[in-house]
Amino acid sequence: MTDTSITPTTQPGDWASDQEVRWCPGCGDYSILTAMRMLMPSLGTEPHNTVFVSGIGCAARFPYYMNSYGVHGIHGRAPAIATGLAMARPDLDVWVIGGDGDMLSIGGNHLIHALRRNVKIKVLLFNNQIYGLTKGQFSPTSEVGKVTKSSPMGSLDAPFNPLAVALGAEASFVARTHDMDRQHMMDTFRRAHEHDGAAFVEVFQNCNVFNDGAFEGITKKQNRDANLIPLAHGEPIRFGADGEFGVIDESGCARVVHTADVSTDELLTHDETKHDPSTAFMLARLARGPFEPTPIGVFRAVRRSEYAMASTRQLAAAQEKQGTADIAQLLRSRGTWYV
Amino acid sequence: MTDTASRELPLQEIDEVIIRFAGDSGDGMQLTGDQFTSISAALGNDLSTLPEFPAEIRAPQGTLAGVSAFQVRISDFVITTPGDAPTVLVAMNPAALKAQLHNLAQGGALILNTDAFNDRNLEKAGYSANPLDDGTLDDYRSYPVPMSQITRDAVAEHGVKPRDAERSKNFFALGLISWMYTRPVEPTLEFINTKFRGREQVINANTAAFKAGYNFGETAEIFEAHYEVKPAPLAPGEYTNVNGNTALAWGCVVAGQLARLPVFLGSYPITPASDILHEMSLKKNFGVRTFQAEDEIAAAASAVGAAFGGALAFTSTSGPGLALKGETLSLAVSLELPMVVLDIQRGGPSTGLPTKPEQADLMMAMYGRHSESPLPVVAPRSPADCFDIAIEASRIALKYRTPVIVLSDGYLANSSEPWLLPDVDELPDIGVDFATGFNGTNEDGDGIFLPYLRDPDTLARPWAIPGTPGLMHRVGGIEKEDGTGNISYEPENHQLMIDLRQAKVDGVDVPDVEVAGDADADLVVLGWGSTWGAIDAAAGRLRDDGHRVAHVHLRHLNPLPANLGEVLRRYRAVVCPEMNKGQLCDLVRAKYLIDVEHIGKIDGVPFTTGEVASAVRQRLEELAGS
Ligand SMILES: Cc1ncc(C[n+]2csc(CCOP(=O)(O)OP(=O)(O)O)c2C)c(N)n1
Ligand code: SF4
Ligand SMILES: [Mg+2]
Repeated sequence: MTDTSITPTTQPGDWASDQEVRWCPGCGDYSILTAMRMLMPSLGTEPHNTVFVSGIGCAARFPYYMNSYGVHGIHGRAPAIATGLAMARPDLDVWVIGGDGDMLSIGGNHLIHALRRNVKIKVLLFNNQIYGLTKGQFSPTSEVGKVTKSSPMGSLDAPFNPLAVALGAEASFVARTHDMDRQHMMDTFRRAHEHDGAAFVEVFQNCNVFNDGAFEGITKKQNRDANLIPLAHGEPIRFGADGEFGVIDESGCARVVHTADVSTDELLTHDETKHDPSTAFMLARLARGPFEPTPIGVFRAVRRSEYAMASTRQLAAAQEKQGTADIAQLLRSRGTWYV
Repeated sequence: MTDTASRELPLQEIDEVIIRFAGDSGDGMQLTGDQFTSISAALGNDLSTLPEFPAEIRAPQGTLAGVSAFQVRISDFVITTPGDAPTVLVAMNPAALKAQLHNLAQGGALILNTDAFNDRNLEKAGYSANPLDDGTLDDYRSYPVPMSQITRDAVAEHGVKPRDAERSKNFFALGLISWMYTRPVEPTLEFINTKFRGREQVINANTAAFKAGYNFGETAEIFEAHYEVKPAPLAPGEYTNVNGNTALAWGCVVAGQLARLPVFLGSYPITPASDILHEMSLKKNFGVRTFQAEDEIAAAASAVGAAFGGALAFTSTSGPGLALKGETLSLAVSLELPMVVLDIQRGGPSTGLPTKPEQADLMMAMYGRHSESPLPVVAPRSPADCFDIAIEASRIALKYRTPVIVLSDGYLANSSEPWLLPDVDELPDIGVDFATGFNGTNEDGDGIFLPYLRDPDTLARPWAIPGTPGLMHRVGGIEKEDGTGNISYEPENHQLMIDLRQAKVDGVDVPDVEVAGDADADLVVLGWGSTWGAIDAAAGRLRDDGHRVAHVHLRHLNPLPANLGEVLRRYRAVVCPEMNKGQLCDLVRAKYLIDVEHIGKIDGVPFTTGEVASAVRQRLEELAGS
C-alpha cells in the first residue's frame, strides 16, 4: 500500500534527531521508531509542520528521537496538550505517543475526551502491558493475576481492552498493529495520518526487560498465521496459513470457526466504515488476551466532524455576524455614558 | 409622572445611599439592582455594586438558602467600595428580611412586601412570630407595602394569569425606589422594551408594575420625603459599568489584539470563574478560541499546547482548579512558555464557600508546585483594574516566556464600578517576535537553533513555533541543558537552570510601589488585591478624623516591587488586612524581616471600611500612646 502520488522531499534520515536513543537494547520501541521514520517521507509532510506530543514513560521519550517539533509533557496529559495545539494550529500534523499507563491510567480521561471530540490528533498507544519506566509494576492492560513488584501475589485488577475503550469513546478511527511487522505498522500509521479526525492506534510493544514476550504467542513469525487476524475492508475475515479459519457473528459475539465448517457468506465481511460500532466492538473483544487469535488492522474508520475545523468555522461565522475585532466597540458593548 | 404629583413632598439632597435589594432567587433582584445601577450611572453618580448569590441554584422558594441580594451604593463623591451597611433594605419576603436585616444600618429604611408575610413564608424563614408587628423592626424605619397585591391589580388589565402576575413585582419595587431617589423613568421603560422584545404581554405587565411602584411612592402617604443624589465629580470622559470578571475577560481578549496573537482559553466551569469562560466564548469574532476541557488539568494542558503553537494562552479557574493545575504549571515553568492563569479565589478549603471571596490562594500561587517552580503573580485591585491586570499579566508572560498567575476573587468578579474607558490607542503594544532563524553555530560552523539560549536582558528563551522551517526542536519537562535544551542530568547544569529560572522571574520589570495618603505617617497599611477599596476608604475616614495614614497596595506579588522593603521600613508600624490567615504578611516578613501585623477576616464577606478603619485606628492609638 505505498502511495505513489507523493514525491518524497525528505529521507528517513531527515526525520532522525541528533539525540542518542536510550531505550533498553531489544526494546520494541526501536522498531516502532524505525517504522515511523521510514514512513514519514512518503506522507508528504515536512518535519517543521509535524509535532510529536507525549506524556511520561518509556514510550513517551519518542518525540526526542524525531527531528520534528516535539513536546515531552507530563504523565497522562499528552492528549490534552495536543488538543490545545491542534485547536490553535489546525495546519499542523500532530501525533500523540504514550504507553498503556500513560494513556489508560493517569491519562484515561484525557484520551476518551480527545477521541469523542474528534480533534485531529494521531494517538499511538504503545501497549506493553506493564509500567516500563517505573520498572515493572502492573498496568491497566496487564492480565489478572500478573505477578509484579507491586502485585507479588498477582494483580487483582481486570484489564482494559484499549480498542474497546476507544470505540466506547466514539473514536472515529481505531486500529491495531504490532512492533514485529514494520510494513503493517507503516500501513496502519499511514491510514491514521490520512484520517480526518482523531485516530487511535494500539501498538503491541514488547518490553523485553519487564514483560518480555507478552505478545510472542501471537506476533512471533511462526505464530502469526494461526493467531493474527488481518482485517481487510470489504473482505470476509479469514486467517490461517491457508485461510482455514474465519470469524463469524454468533448472536452478536465474534467467534472463530474452521472455514470448512461454514459457508463463505456466513463469514463476517469486514466493513470499517460502518457507523454502528458494535461489529468493531465485537471484533475488538474477540481475543481475551494475546494468546489466542487477535484481529489487527483498521477496525473502524468513519467520517465525523473534525473538532478544530468546526471551531474554525465558528470563528468565521462569528466574524461574519459580529464583524471583526474592534476593541473600541468591545469596550462599549454594554452601553456607556458621558461625564 | 412627577409633575402630576398629588401632593408635594420635600426633596432632600443626600450625598449617598446604599440600597440592598433582597428576595427569593426567583424574584429578579439582580436584574432590579442592575437596572437601578444603570440609571444612576447615567445620572453621573459614582457607584459600586455587590451582588450576593445563593450557592444553590434553585433552593426551595421562600427559604433562607434561596435569598439573593444586590447591594448598590450611589454617591455624589468618589467611592471605592459598595459600602459597609445598607441604609435601605428592600425585602421581598420574610426569608430576605431574616437573612439581611442584620446588615441594615441602625435607623435604616426597610421596604417590605407585606403580602409575602403569610404564615407559610414566615415558617419557611424560621420566624415564630410575625416580625412586622412583634417589635423586631423597632430600630428601623419600616415602610410596609402590599407589593404583590398592587402588582397583581396593576397588571390585571393586560390579561396576565394571576400566577404570572406577581413575577412583575420586582419592577414594582424598582419603580418605587426610582421614585424615592428621583431617578428618571424613561431609561427603565426603554430597558423593559428591549429586554423583553417580542413578548408584548411581559412588556406590558412589567411596565404597568414599574409605573404602579412609581405612583405608589407619590400617592401613598407613607413616605415623608424623597431624595436626590447629585452627580459625583468623576473625571470627564466616557464610562461603562463593568464587573471584574467581564473586565478580566475583555482584558484577555484585548491582550491578544495588543500582542497580535490569537487568543486561546482552556477552562473547566467553576464558580466564581465560569463567567470568564462564558464571556470569552462570546468573542469568537476576535479569533478567540475557547475550549471547555474535561477537567482543570486538561484545561491547563491545552493552554500549554496552544502556547507551544504560538497562541496567547489562558486558563481560568478558582482555588480547587488551581490545585489541579499545579503539575501542569510546573511543566510550563520548565518549558518556559507564555501563558496566563486566572484564579478567581473563593472560600475554602475544599469546596468551601463557592460563591464567597477569600484571598487565601496566595501561597498556593507562589509555592503550590513541586520543587523550585517560580512564576510571576499579579492581582487586580478593583473591578476595572481587572482589565489592566489581564494585559499586564499577558505582557509579562510574553516578554519573559513564563506562566503568570492572576489572583482575582469572588468579590471583584461580581462587583462592578464605573470605568472610564481607556483610549484604545494608548494601550501598550505587548507583541513579541517569534524566532525565525538560527541563533547559534555548531563545531563545524553550521547554523543551529538553540531553544534555551536566553536573551541576556530578560533571560527569556526564543519562542520558535511549529511551522517554522529549520527550527525543529523538542521541549520537555526533563531538565534541559542550558542553551541546547537537550536532556541533561548534569549536577552543575541543574543548579544553573534552577538559578536561571529564578533569576528570570526575579528580574521581571515591576514598577515601584507608590505611597498613597500621608507619606510621613507613623503607620502604613499594606494591602493587595480586592481589599484596595476598603483600605482606601478606611484611610480616608481616619484622615478625616485627624489621623495620618499611609497606604501601599501591591498589584505585583511576585516579584515584589524593588523599593518595597525600603518603603515599608520608613514606618513604625506596618499592618496588612487580608482575607486569609496572614499570607502576604508571611511573605513580606520572610523577605524583608519587617514585622507586618496581620488584620484577618475570613468569613466570606469582603472587608468593610469600618472594619479596616477600626483595626487601624486601634493600632494608631497604641502607637500614639507608646
Ligand atoms: C504524576 C506522575 N505520577 C507518576 C509518575 C511515574 N511514572 C512515570 S512513567 C509511569 C508509567 C509508565 O508506564 P507506561 O505509560 O505504560 O509507559 P512505558 O514506560 O511502559 O512505556 C509512571 C507511573 C510520573 N512521572 N508522574
Ligand atoms: S523498560 Fe521496557 S519499555 Fe522501557 S525501554 Fe526498557 S524494554 Fe523498553
Ligand atoms: Mg507500558
